[in-house]
Amino acid sequence: MAASDTRDEVALARDLIAGEPGAFDRFVEVFRSKIFHYAQTVCGRREDAEEVAQDTLLKVFSNFGQLREPERVRAWVFRIARNECLMRRRKSVFAPTQELSLDDFLPHQDQDDGRRLEIADWSALPDDQALRAEMRDAVHAAIEKLPEIYRTVMLLRDIEELSTEETAEVLDISVEAVKTRLHRARLAVRQKLEEYMRGAKAGGRR
Amino acid sequence: MGAGKHDKGKCHDVFALLSEYLDRELTPQTCAEIEAHLAGCPPCIEFLNSLKRTVRLCRDCGGGEKPRPLTAEQRDKLVSAYRAFLAGNRG
Repeated sequence: MAASDTRDEVALARDLIAGEPGAFDRFVEVFRSKIFHYAQTVCGRREDAEEVAQDTLLKVFSNFGQLREPERVRAWVFRIARNECLMRRRKSVFAPTQELSLDDFLPHQDQDDGRRLEIADWSALPDDQALRAEMRDAVHAAIEKLPEIYRTVMLLRDIEELSTEETAEVLDISVEAVKTRLHRARLAVRQKLEEYMRGAKAGGRR
Repeated sequence: MGAGKHDKGKCHDVFALLSEYLDRELTPQTCAEIEAHLAGCPPCIEFLNSLKRTVRLCRDCGGGEKPRPLTAEQRDKLVSAYRAFLAGNRG
């Protein structure tokens, strides 16, 4: 998220508190999608995510008076969404968290016998404006394969662009844990994309 | 870390810090050490660039699905909660 988006959201929170006309609908439009996306990342199912989005917004509006600093509106909303997700997860059976090890993602650029493995050509990726649907699907698939604790950090940091400190506050973990999880998440996604590019090259799809 | 050529041990140290380096969360001294290593290590530069590209791709593609539109009932509940907040705020 660009800095201007953050400013817009803070302005929106102020307008909402002041009861400005139109602020309610704009707030719902902006934040409902964000909460839904976060909840889908955590809970998995669309139906659960829509329920979380609704219940989170209800709590947000009911408790808006507790938001002392409109500058913190994003972290505050995500924090409520996280609690809603946790309540649902407690009611269901879920798999234990899988840990990712840094060593799994070490670049194997040099083999012990000194031969260098071929590295996928990242410079040949399509430009942002021309991202092919296939590449988009590969990115989505790579993110979806991440264990939940990594996927959530990546969503908040790299997609919603919360700061490291805000992410730590939302998830109730240390700043160091955010950094560690984010790095491993990025490495895992990078590795999946590299595999995709090798496959695409071998298959002549580029 | 430190300046110089491709060295597996130093590459490993740099590798562990690349996200923090990209996010500008390291001290100037550690940044300088990483940059000194990168200057002499094309594989690490290549890896850093691919990681940077990964972050950009996630940012550009990560939006995901949209929720279905609010039903009238859902919207009414939210409007009621908001009105109650405004009433309490003004009262």
